[in-house]
Amino acid sequence: MEYLILLFSEIYKILYVLIPVLVSVAMIVWLDRRIWAFVQKRRGPNVVGPFGLFQTLADALKYIFKEIIIPASSNKIIFILAPIVTMTLALIAWAVIPFSEDYVLADINVGILYIFAISSLGVYGIIMGGWASNSKYPFLGSIRSAAQMVSYEVSIGVIIINVLLCVGSLNLSDIVLAQEKIWFVIPLFPMFVIFFISSLAETNRPPFDLPEAEAELVAGYQTEYSGMMYAMFWLGEYANILLMCALGSILFLGGWLAPIDTPLFEMVPPPVWLIFKILFLFVLFALIKAIVPRYRYDQLMRLGWKVFLPFSLIWVVLTSGYLLYFDLLPVY
Amino acid sequence: MLAHAIFFYFFSFVAIISAIMVTASKNTVHSVFFLILDFISISCLFIMIGAEFLGMIMLIVYVGAVAVLFLFVVMMLNVAQQKNQWFKSSETSTHIPVGLIVSLIIFFELIIVIGGWKYKPDIIKNFSDSLISNSTNTHTIGSVLYTEYIHLFQISGMILLVAMIGAIVLTFRKREGVKRQNYFSQISREKKQGVELVEVKSNEGIKIDV
Repeated sequence: MEYLILLFSEIYKILYVLIPVLVSVAMIVWLDRRIWAFVQKRRGPNVVGPFGLFQTLADALKYIFKEIIIPASSNKIIFILAPIVTMTLALIAWAVIPFSEDYVLADINVGILYIFAISSLGVYGIIMGGWASNSKYPFLGSIRSAAQMVSYEVSIGVIIINVLLCVGSLNLSDIVLAQEKIWFVIPLFPMFVIFFISSLAETNRPPFDLPEAEAELVAGYQTEYSGMMYAMFWLGEYANILLMCALGSILFLGGWLAPIDTPLFEMVPPPVWLIFKILFLFVLFALIKAIVPRYRYDQLMRLGWKVFLPFSLIWVVLTSGYLLYFDLLPVY
Repeated sequence: MLAHAIFFYFFSFVAIISAIMVTASKNTVHSVFFLILDFISISCLFIMIGAEFLGMIMLIVYVGAVAVLFLFVVMMLNVAQQKNQWFKSSETSTHIPVGLIVSLIIFFELIIVIGGWKYKPDIIKNFSDSLISNSTNTHTIGSVLYTEYIHLFQISGMILLVAMIGAIVLTFRKREGVKRQNYFSQISREKKQGVELVEVKSNEGIKIDV
């Protein structure tokens, strides 16, 4: 009986995080298409529901009722597993995101490492999908994507080290609370910029969407997918984007903290601030998709390995030297 | 405690089964996927005994980086379909005796380590003297690794660096006739160097690029 109660309360807590995330993924797809359309002086999806808000739900309904086609020469088990892996990994990372001081599903000590590990597992969904399709465009797309994600993970890891040096803890709530005096975006501004660009590459967003460059590779690793499995890839991708926005706002923009500590801002509940910050970063993502042309693949690799990695490494040295010299290193 | 036991047996079961499947599955790519599953369940076991830092590092390093490279190599070499059955390989192969010797050596090493631990339990004590009991294990590992074992740590880092440079030197070759982009010359190019305005007379044309 005790276990049952525990189980149900845990499931309730999980749903309390999961359902808002899924709904906001649907809304964010709409927002993305809408911003893209506005930049190009189109209207975008505006028919279904008020302002076209229900467009994504309609799309999802369409995908559910479509037939799932599994290519005859594909590796069937891995082919089916790939979208499931992508979707699951995109969602389980939300377990450690703190929405406010006590609104967090799992307040674990190594929260940032958990997110980093989960996002490094995200490569597998793409590789599995590309390989199991047994077709050349998906395979090329998945190899490109894997190389890209592995490369940019390295620089994201080094950037995270920068933040952790200033915090002294791997816990995400501690990282947010350490920014009570000043958000890390101000002292570590170059790192924020690099983190933002790296997270574009990590989530395969334009201008780094080479894995699905439609002019070269049809749709990359998603080419052979249809129906609900395609929708799962797609939802997983957007959940990942949202996660990277959340991570960026936790690491650099002060998470759930208000910009200034005034009574007026304290009336707003903390999760709202986090949502505002996530939305802000997402709007930047969407604007960049609309206005920046796609990179060439060698340029992408050069940017990751020869520009971002050395620069963030130098910044680690600078940050640690600064903290050591002024005796600001956090002691636990 | 019941839930703990259930999860422990679940993860150990998955780890052992997938370790067997790594060698038993005919498809090499499947083997790598089973290896990944094995890594993941082992890191879950690490987390269950409270070593969350080790578990996460295991996920990041082995699953996130090493296994991706494995997968790349296996996919690129196109050895996906192995014709031979498990342990029924052709006459010419010599890999089974070698594998047996290596695994026997590892087995005896494990026995020595576990046996020594069993009969000399205070061997652990020397290590745990400097550990701070009430901090997270990330802090604990850091406070031991960067103080007492700093030299070993640095040496292992140097070994990895040398191995990396060696791999780069071995595979690096300068190819002839490859056009490379020079970003500096590209960006510092002026209008005068690129564009020329010429008067073209009618019916005569003009020669360009002389």
